[in-house]
Amino acid sequence: MALLDVKNLSVQFDTPEGNIHAVNGVSFALEQGETLGIVGESGSGKSQLNFALLGLLARNGRTSGQAIFEGQDLLSMSERDLNRIRANRIAMVFQDPMTSLNPYMRISEQMAEVLMLHKGLSKRAAIAESVDMLDAVKIPDAKNRVRLYPHEFSGGMRQRVMIAMSLLCRPDILIADEPTTALDVTVQAQIMELLAELQREFDMATILITHDLGVVAGFCERAIVMYGGRIMEEAPVDPLFESPSHPYTRGLLDAIPRVDEDQDALRAIPGNPPNMTGLPQGCPFAPRCESVMETCWSTAPELVNFAPDRTRACFRPVEEIVA
Amino acid sequence: MVIDSEKMKSLAEATSREDVVGRSLWADARRRFFRNKAAIFGLVLLVFVSLFAIFGNFVAQWSNEEIDFSVMGMVAEQGGPSLANGHYFGTDDLGRDLFARTVQGTQISLAVGIIGSAIAVVVGTIYGATAGYFGGRIDNIMMRTVDILLAIPYMFVLILLLVMYGRSITMLFVGVGLISWLEMSRIVRGQTLTLKGREYIEAARAIGVPAPVIIRRHILPNLIGVVTVFATLLVPNMILTESFISFLGLGVQEPMTSLGALISEGSGTISYGTLWQLAFPLLFFVLTLFGFFFVGDGLRDALDPKDR
Amino acid sequence: MPPASTHRKNRMIVYILKRLAIAIPTLLLLIVFSFLLMHAAPGGPFTQERELPAQVLANLNAKYGLDQPLWKQIWNYIWGIVAHFDFGPSFVYKDRTVNEIIAQGFPVTLTYGGVSFVVAVLAGVTLGAVAAVKHNTIIDYFAVGISIGAQVLPNFVMAPILVIVFTLFLGWLPGGGWRFTDPSYWIMPVIALSTSYMASIARIMRSSMLEVLNSNHIRTARAKGLPGHRVIWRHALKPALLPVISYLGPAFVAMITGSVIVDIYFSTGGIGKAFVDSALNRDYAVMMGVTILVGALTILFNLLVDIIYGWIDPKIRY
Repeated sequence: MALLDVKNLSVQFDTPEGNIHAVNGVSFALEQGETLGIVGESGSGKSQLNFALLGLLARNGRTSGQAIFEGQDLLSMSERDLNRIRANRIAMVFQDPMTSLNPYMRISEQMAEVLMLHKGLSKRAAIAESVDMLDAVKIPDAKNRVRLYPHEFSGGMRQRVMIAMSLLCRPDILIADEPTTALDVTVQAQIMELLAELQREFDMATILITHDLGVVAGFCERAIVMYGGRIMEEAPVDPLFESPSHPYTRGLLDAIPRVDEDQDALRAIPGNPPNMTGLPQGCPFAPRCESVMETCWSTAPELVNFAPDRTRACFRPVEEIVA
Repeated sequence: MVIDSEKMKSLAEATSREDVVGRSLWADARRRFFRNKAAIFGLVLLVFVSLFAIFGNFVAQWSNEEIDFSVMGMVAEQGGPSLANGHYFGTDDLGRDLFARTVQGTQISLAVGIIGSAIAVVVGTIYGATAGYFGGRIDNIMMRTVDILLAIPYMFVLILLLVMYGRSITMLFVGVGLISWLEMSRIVRGQTLTLKGREYIEAARAIGVPAPVIIRRHILPNLIGVVTVFATLLVPNMILTESFISFLGLGVQEPMTSLGALISEGSGTISYGTLWQLAFPLLFFVLTLFGFFFVGDGLRDALDPKDR
Repeated sequence: MPPASTHRKNRMIVYILKRLAIAIPTLLLLIVFSFLLMHAAPGGPFTQERELPAQVLANLNAKYGLDQPLWKQIWNYIWGIVAHFDFGPSFVYKDRTVNEIIAQGFPVTLTYGGVSFVVAVLAGVTLGAVAAVKHNTIIDYFAVGISIGAQVLPNFVMAPILVIVFTLFLGWLPGGGWRFTDPSYWIMPVIALSTSYMASIARIMRSSMLEVLNSNHIRTARAKGLPGHRVIWRHALKPALLPVISYLGPAFVAMITGSVIVDIYFSTGGIGKAFVDSALNRDYAVMMGVTILVGALTILFNLLVDIIYGWIDPKIRY
């Protein structure tokens, strides 16, 4: 049985401008120790999907569907029960380490409270263990620096703190939401390397949310491509990159500039990400799709299993896209 | 009443973001403003109060100075609001028509509020834009001065001024204008600093466009949003200041009056059972304050939409 | 690397010294400014309806040192305040000093002013915080309604309304006067003085709390599995209080100013009364004394606020 089984999850936000359908009927499964990438542009719903799993949506957000973790549905769980899972069993690393750490508390306080809450440690023991974890994420002089405030760290170091904090309880699942987007390119590589190392060491299932296909290729075994709040394609990483079966995935891959080919211009997917107000009719990608067909405008394609481990949501036959 | 400085900062940021500066900012803001019920309510109040101040005298049956001898001495019994004798709001303690006096009080209070706020706009904008634009030592000295002036208990100094130099409406304007521009200059300076860093302004400076031209053509237009909101919210504050002074009897002098002076008179006589003498001036006072407050708040929310 | 905390403490001390270095000249400037104002005032302090004989006027001027050169007068005045905390004699009451007049009213002002301040801050913060936590519920609307309504009820409006309700109609509270031992005399002054500031603080607190509750680090705190009340108390309250703290300085000044109204309307006999009496009597010495005292208190209070702010916000650059 899968460690986490998400079924038909949807997220909506009530706003004065109308209902925003951020995530629409997403299903996937996460196995023990697996690394899963969720790829999409900003606004594709990938972050909201994961916030929904831990009940971290903004106040005006509503969810439907199921997310089964150890036989319990995370989405219908009481706040009290959910609090026992947050950070303890499922932990999260956020995108912006500048603002995601509390600027008014020392790192020691912020880290220790996690262990005191979930493991019932004394403050002293909790801080000692926090220091060990900071060592594990390779923060130099952790013993002294644990007493500092977040603004006294560089961006990369802050993200290491964030990662250390998320690992304190040795969670079963780590959700990393664009962990490197806010960082310098050189630091990005270091953080991804660290994450990969820790993932192996702690043997935790990891969901990596990113807009960067390169990061997925280096880190994940399997990937989900999202657009307009829906899954477009799901596949192990190698076949996904070799033979993308969905026009959107193709577009994404083509948009990566390559040095080994003669390219006149950067290839972008034409058009803009969709407006998510109101229930989308048909395939959300249709307005930007090269291979769009008549039916795409009226009905949304179902996710269909077309090869072992591979699913796609597209009316065009696979052969026409892959070829 | 307070003007939330955090919200003003947020507004300044929102109106100086490059992607929103331009016509769409104002078009969007207008749409949002007219969808905001509280703002429309405020606008209606302001229109009502202004109409009352401008045309009230055409409706009044009595002048504001005339004493109605038929009620004098029996104000508590016969001076109440009445359509029959033309005292719609009753009379004051001397038998003068309260309607006419409220009209005049509203005129004076509106005038003090708007002129005080206008002084703040002119002085504060010039001062703040200069400090922000030239920066460095000049900025430092100018803003330190503002800090020092802000630490002075101005109401006490204002009363000192009024007592020493005589009470007059000019003195009141001077006194109110003296302090009202301080906060404005701070906000304008902050915004100017932000704008100065923009590439198009750096480019203009690089090709030698003179400073006054840059300030007039590129900086001032982008200050309009913040300045408008602040000025609108400043009006009720100025009215409050004036009313405070007039309540102490140090403001406008008889036979002129202001809402604050009327409230003061009315509250002095409540124990005689002439509640209307407090109620009508107070009503117009509250309506005016609410009007400016809702409109100012609505403008700000329209220019800087956030969930709050 | 030295331990971060000592480092911070040192910087804090330097910061306080720097603030004092600005505060003291400000105060001196205020003294000189009000002195010059008085000096330049048409007529001088002994101008009365009935012209005094020249000799009497000269004697009076000599007695109060007004015949000395201006700089000397200023110097004596400042020296008197700084060295002896002496604001000099009253210009009107021959046998009383400014110190005596102020000392009489100050404890009263301090008592009801202090209570009002605490009430305004506690009630305002609570109201604002609860409204934000219960955003868009009936509680929130209620709190917003109160705080918007109370904003147009400054002390000089509240005072007569309170008297109408509690003294004239209900007859529950004394309409004026002051007794330290009987809090029923305190209630109306405190409500009149604190209502509109309570409302302002509530509004500031609500909007800053909403902003904080929507911030990323609160999402992190929730992702840690902390129960809701711990998220609010430990993570949200401190940053949400910062804008309120910056407002405390202006609120303090405004409340001292408002005490003038309270003293007049409720006959409480605080320094506000001394100020207004002296204003009506043209007793410049007392007016200046009160103004300078209030200015000094303001500066001191602002310094205190800055220190509290720096203590809460570690990002403050000293």
